[in-house]
Formats: sequence, structure tokens, C-alpha cells
Amino acid sequence: MRTALRIAALVAILAALIVAPQYLRNYGIYLLSLWSLFAIAAMGLNLTLGYAGQMSLAQAAFLGIGAYAVALLVKAGVPFWVGVPLATLVAFAVGLLLGFPALRVQHHYLAFATLGFNVLVYLAIRNEDWLTGGSMGIGQVMGFAGMPRPSIFGYSLRRGIDFYYLCLAMLCLSTLLVWLLLRSPWGRAFAALRDNPVRAESLAIDIRAYTLLAFAIGAGLAGFAGAFYAPLVQLFDPSPFGLLESLSLLLMVVVGGSGRFWGPHIGAALVLLLPHWLQALLPAWLGPPDQWYLFVFGIAVLVLLTWCPGGLLAIPDRLRARAQ
Amino acid sequence: MAPETSGAAVRLDGIVAGYGQITILNGLSFTAPAAKITTLIGANGAGKSTVFKTIFGIVRPRAGSVTIGGEAVTGFPARELLARGIVYVPQGRNLFPTLSVRHNLELGGITLGSRALIAQRMEAVFARFPRIAERAEQQASALSGGEQKQLEIGRALLLEPKVVLIDEPSIGLAPKVVADVFALLRGLADTGVTTLMVEQNVRSALAVSDHAVALEGGRVAIEGPAGEMLANPRIKSLFLGGHMEQTG
Ligand SMILES: Nc1ncnc2c1ncn2[C@@H]1O[C@H](COP(=O)(O)OP(=O)(O)OP(=O)(O)O)[C@@H](O)[C@H]1O
Ligand SMILES: [Mg+2]
Repeated sequence: MRTALRIAALVAILAALIVAPQYLRNYGIYLLSLWSLFAIAAMGLNLTLGYAGQMSLAQAAFLGIGAYAVALLVKAGVPFWVGVPLATLVAFAVGLLLGFPALRVQHHYLAFATLGFNVLVYLAIRNEDWLTGGSMGIGQVMGFAGMPRPSIFGYSLRRGIDFYYLCLAMLCLSTLLVWLLLRSPWGRAFAALRDNPVRAESLAIDIRAYTLLAFAIGAGLAGFAGAFYAPLVQLFDPSPFGLLESLSLLLMVVVGGSGRFWGPHIGAALVLLLPHWLQALLPAWLGPPDQWYLFVFGIAVLVLLTWCPGGLLAIPDRLRARAQ
Repeated sequence: MAPETSGAAVRLDGIVAGYGQITILNGLSFTAPAAKITTLIGANGAGKSTVFKTIFGIVRPRAGSVTIGGEAVTGFPARELLARGIVYVPQGRNLFPTLSVRHNLELGGITLGSRALIAQRMEAVFARFPRIAERAEQQASALSGGEQKQLEIGRALLLEPKVVLIDEPSIGLAPKVVADVFALLRGLADTGVTTLMVEQNVRSALAVSDHAVALEGGRVAIEGPAGEMLANPRIKSLFLGGHMEQTG
């Protein structure tokens, strides 16, 4: 019964996501595309942080690695659909490397190690302008139109709405893959790593391998999202891949509910869309909205996380516990 | 258990082990006979848990050897030991509190490598522990202490072990539950599982055991049949005197 209800809710939401663009203007469609991709990247971070318990403040760097990798591959003549798996693989491999510090340090030390890594990636992209266009943006090396939108089976995805459906399909695909991973005993081992690493070890769960994999898979998902982010925005510079964006991805995971399957989807929606709604909803006498909405948004997040540190998806559990 | 698995005596020979510079076990030698229950006793900090950690490859001995069923397994990692049917239930809380009972069990079988085999073994564990079966979908942290211990033991049994190392199974449990746990271990030993147990509940532990080893100063102080230990005046004065024991 509960499963039936869940499936029904899921189908309804998916249907809404499919018809929504009919009622939206270009910017709304763009935001939904962005949401799809950020939800994928946040799902990766949720695996690393929420399930495996490994602190990471570098998720945006992997988004950037995916975006730049696919752009540079396409520029070199590689077809987009070959570039996507390659870009994912590059992010996966770099993520694996970032996992090594996590074998030695935890918690805030790990936060700083990954933070340092994000800064490093950011500076590398900015400074190597012969390759990346530096702070002038990818247009410097790819031409003023930037990263072209791909086509699929001969059908061009140049229109925003078509590209949105691609992003949504990729979100569904990633969600399915992560779900399959997490419901296998091997996927469950990630949570064992978080709950009780010493005990996990005495059950012969290879905590080294799982720690590295938690980073690598998390990074791979961000790289995959990045590979679609590039053709979505077409022109980009290193700024969306900095520390602030990593914090915003962290916020998506935490607000949605760290370690909860649908947390990233909900968190990404809230973090991306709420500021825009607030911008539209706040009364005019408060002054120019761009000065107020972030302030209100910040307070909303603060209240939520103080009242319910488990995130939005923990609220039903909390209410149930209170009722008893 | 299959007949070829009965015969896994655990032998420690001249074990020297400790943490960093500190030596805890200092030339420890004893044999836990196959298909019997051997109980290790000793004061707090005597090194009982360290013995298990050494057998299970978590603490590396500086000297000496561990032999199980005739095979030298000194310093083998957990994976190798589990593959040989040697399982370890450490002292304290051993579950993954946020995972469900079912998923906790499942992780005990991760070295089996096959989902079908894990599922089959889980059914056997559920059949043996109906209380655990009823609570399969609950979070492990929501189980009572006795149920948690049952789940830990069930998880160890998933590998159909031939050697079980169990550290203070009775801690925090009501006397009735302790009796159940001991009866369970007795039943396992009678089907051929070599069982090593550390217990503070000395009197009741010795009552279900076949063999006993008392540790002092990192060595064996006294060793012998469990029944005789209960009568040994040194054991009496060291471990059985005073407030620790109510049951008899
Ligand atoms: N990880 C560790 N690092 C350093 N010293 C340790 C460590 N674990 C145990 N010790 C020390 O080793 C000694 C033996 O510990 P052990 O846990 O084997 O004792 P025990 O006999 O099991 O005691 P208890 O009955 O309290 O469980 C103790 O003095 C303890 O402080
Ligand atoms: Mg101990």
C-alpha cells in the first residue's frame, strides 16, 4: 500500500515535470533544467556525505571538471555523446584521488582538505587560459557561441524545452542508477561506513575501497551533470565552480535531508527556486528584492536547520515522533 | 554444521602483543578445543579483548602464532578469516544503528558475494530468531538490548561459522536473556562450532563452558576444564568473590 502510494506520487511528480514547460517561459524552463542537473550533482554529494559520511566541500569543482572536459573534448572534435562518458570518467578518477586524504583524516580536517582542492581546481581553470579561456570564459577558446547543444538520433536539442527534456531524462537515469546501487548490499555498505567504520571492517567491508568509491562515484555524478551543464549554459567561466557553489550544493543536501534518497531532489529545488520565488513574492515596500530575498532565504534555512537538523525529509518523522 | 568443519581448534602460541609501546599479552599460549566453549576470564584490562583482536588480525602480534584448524592464520585480515568461517562479535555495540535490522543482517553476508546466497542464509537466521524476523524492517537502534545481541549473533551466524569469538555477550542483558544467549552458544558448540567467549559473568559462563582460561599479567594464570575452575580456590578468590555474581 505504501509502496503503491509512493509510486503514484512519483508518477504524478514526473508527469508534472513533463507538462510544466508548456506553462513556463524560457527562464522557467532554464531553471528547471538547472534543477535537474544540480539534483544529479547533489545526489553525488549525498552519496559521499549523506550515505558514506565523508565530508566534501569540493562538489562544484567536479561539476566544473565535467563541464570543461566535455567542452574541450567537443572542441577537439570528439562527438558529444562520447564526451559525456569520458568527462564522467575524468571526474570519477579525480574524485578517487580526492578520496585518499579521507583515508587519513575526517570531519573538519577533511572539509579543509576538500575545500583546498576546490580552490586548486578553480585556480587551475582560471589560470590556464590558453586551454580554458580563463576568467574570460570558454567562449575565448570555443568561439563566441560557446558550447553547442547536442542532437540525439538526428534530432537537434537546440531549443531550451528540448534540452530540458534531455536534462530531466538524465536525472531520471541517474536517480535509477543510484537507487539500484543503494539498495544492493554493496550500496548499503556505504551507510555501514558512516554508522560504524570499525565494525564494518570486522565484517570485512573494505573501508578503504568504499571510502574511495564514495568520493569517486559522488564526483562522477557531478562530472556527469557538468557535462550537460556546459551545453545548457553554453558560455561559462570558472565562477560557477568555486567554493560558494560547493557550499550551495552542500546546502541542497543538508536542507533536503542528508542520507535520504530524495533529499537532493528536494534540496536542489528549494535552494535554486526559493530565492526566485521570494524575489517575486516579497512586498515592494521592502525595497529592491535582490537585497532582501537572500536575507529572508538565509533566515528560512537557519530556522529549518535549527528546528529540524535532519532536513525537510526528516520533518514527517519528527512530527510522528512528537505525536507519540 | 558440516562434518569437515568440526575440528577447528584455536591455538595461540607465545603471543606477544599490545598497543604501540605497551605490551599487553606477554607470551600467551593456550588451546581452545574444537567444538567446545572456551571462556576467557580476567580482571578489567587484563587483555581479554586484546586476545580476540589478535586472533582476528586487528592487533598484530609482535611474536607468536595463531593456528586455527591446523592452519597458521597469524595476522590474517578479516576477509581471510571470514572466508574460513571465523567470525568475531566484538564487545559493545556492533550494529549499524540507522540501518534496518534486515540490512544489518545482510551486511554480515557481504563476503558471500551472491545475493541469492545472502537471502537464503538470512531466511535461516530469521527462522532461528523469530523476534528478529518480526522486527526486520525496524531500525536496528530501536531494538532492545537483548534483541540487538540476538541480531549481532544472527549476523555472525550468516556465514555458517566454524569458529565464533564473542566478547562479553551478556553485558547489559537481563538474567533471563543472558541464559538464552548462553543456551544459544551451547547449542552452536554442540553442532561443532568452536566458541571462544569472554565473560564477566564468570559463574554462569563457566556453567555452560567446557574449558576455561584465566589471564593475568598477559599470560595464562590458570587453565582447565570449566567445571574444575569453579572449584579452584585461586579462581574463587580472584574472580568469583564478592559482589560480581548473584547467580549460581
Ligand atoms: N586501542 C588501544 N590503544 C591503547 N591501549 C589499549 C587499546 N585497547 C585496549 N588498550 C589497553 O590494553 C589493556 C587491555 O585491554 P583489553 O580491552 O584487552 O582488556 P579487557 O581484558 O578486555 O578488559 P575489559 O574487561 O574491561 O573489557 C587495557 O589496559 C587497555 O587500556
Ligand atoms: Mg574487553
